[in-house]
Amino acid sequence: MNQYLLSLHSTPDSTCATQSPMPPEEMQKFMQRIETLESDMKESGAWMFSGRLTEPESATVVRITDGDTMTTDGPFAESKEHLAGFYILQAADLDAALEWARKVTTCVGKPIEVRPFWGLQS
Amino acid sequence: MSAEQVGRIFREGSGRAIAVLIRIFGDIDVAEDALQEAFALALKTWPEGGLPPNPQAWLVTTARNGAIDRLRRESLGRAILSDLVREQAAATETLDLSLGPMDDDRLRLIFTCCHPALSSEAQVALTLRLLCGLATHDVARAFLVEETTMAQRLVRAKRKIKSAHIPYRVPEARELPSRLPPVLAVAYLVYNAGASRKPGASADLEDLGAEGIRLARLLVALLPREPEVAGLLALMLLNESRRAARFAGDGSIVLLRNQERAQWDRSLIDEGQTILRACLQRDEPGPYQIQAAIQAVHADAATFGQTDWQQIVALYDELLPMTRSPVVAMNRAIAVGEVEGPQAALDLIENLDLDRYYLFHSTRADFLRRLARGAEASLAYLKAAELAPTDAERRFLRSRSEERLH
Repeated sequence: MNQYLLSLHSTPDSTCATQSPMPPEEMQKFMQRIETLESDMKESGAWMFSGRLTEPESATVVRITDGDTMTTDGPFAESKEHLAGFYILQAADLDAALEWARKVTTCVGKPIEVRPFWGLQS
Repeated sequence: MSAEQVGRIFREGSGRAIAVLIRIFGDIDVAEDALQEAFALALKTWPEGGLPPNPQAWLVTTARNGAIDRLRRESLGRAILSDLVREQAAATETLDLSLGPMDDDRLRLIFTCCHPALSSEAQVALTLRLLCGLATHDVARAFLVEETTMAQRLVRAKRKIKSAHIPYRVPEARELPSRLPPVLAVAYLVYNAGASRKPGASADLEDLGAEGIRLARLLVALLPREPEVAGLLALMLLNESRRAARFAGDGSIVLLRNQERAQWDRSLIDEGQTILRACLQRDEPGPYQIQAAIQAVHADAATFGQTDWQQIVALYDELLPMTRSPVVAMNRAIAVGEVEGPQAALDLIENLDLDRYYLFHSTRADFLRRLARGAEASLAYLKAAELAPTDAERRFLRSRSEERLH
């Protein structure tokens, strides 16, 4: 089995702040679809971990400059796209991981990046 | 037997051999190194000792045994062998070199090389290198890049196959609609890289035209139930039938209307039309079959004036919604121009997003010329000349531009 990171990225127009909120009914349906998908992942043994992140403004960056610890506000990079959520899955090969990615992106309506973890053989 | 002969036999068999070795070892680099060593041994022993009874089987067996010996000596190699639990199978398997398993391997290899997770550049490079057995410097020359650039591209692609675990398998029938198009696109790209050259201009690149046709023939043999695969082969053969007539002595392009039709290769036309008829009967039309059908209509016309343009427009009407390509829309407009005249055709292309495409400007120039709008035609020919890819075409378009000024 190989491990893959499936990451979802938010763009400025898709963050909670600017997007008009989903009506409660739709939100509920959306959450149901996600839950069904995630329980499929768990039943098939693919799911290892997943999470949804808060908005990028809540991030804090820690770095060492000349031996001093510097703690600064804000996301790591001044980028328009930020990591919004992710899945860590195990799959037999890339095609199996891409199939899960297809299901996630169908569900959330946003593109998804699939990236393998370093393995023992790589 | 000369080294050249050994090289030729090697190249003919290398696609099949590498495909079998990749299956056995599950690793492209191991397979390539092993085959290279077997080739070196063949160069040493065949010229004096003569050809073994089955040279291809000899290459695969020698490469496999050499690789197993080497992997046993290396710690990483031992990991590969034990992990794959294939050592036993690999060492004892009687290699079946008849058609069948070997070709399943080649089919697997095509689908791995053309996996949609790889860039189209990487897909073409891998296919030429692994399946067609071209040396890296030949692949580089075909696509006009430095050898080091091509070598890097191949290394990166192979690394991605390995680290992302792109599988080595033939997609299931339900996956074919998304997995077959890149395979066909690669074969057509390989063909066009060679076929866009004048015969005799560059043997290397012409080989690519032949290589593309060979790939399409292989795909037809391996996927006989896919009409688009047959459609692609028919399209290549019908295009190929006109290649000699498509170039003037100085290498410039001869337009269809001016081509010497006696120069068309009738045997290629017959073969292409026979294949096309058979696949159209399945009534599962697709873009390659329709493009082939358009070429077949041209092939049927004894003179340019006898071309059945109504039929061609009808075929483009079917093709356009399948591809939604502005180039297809432009070619449809050209056919419409032959039926309804240049003004109708010009109206159809004015809003196409093809400003960077030289044939768009030369097509537009042609319509303007036929509408007696000489000054505008001259400017459009000039614009086409600026964007044209070869010297011969630039010269041709500039001369047309100047003619319109007077």
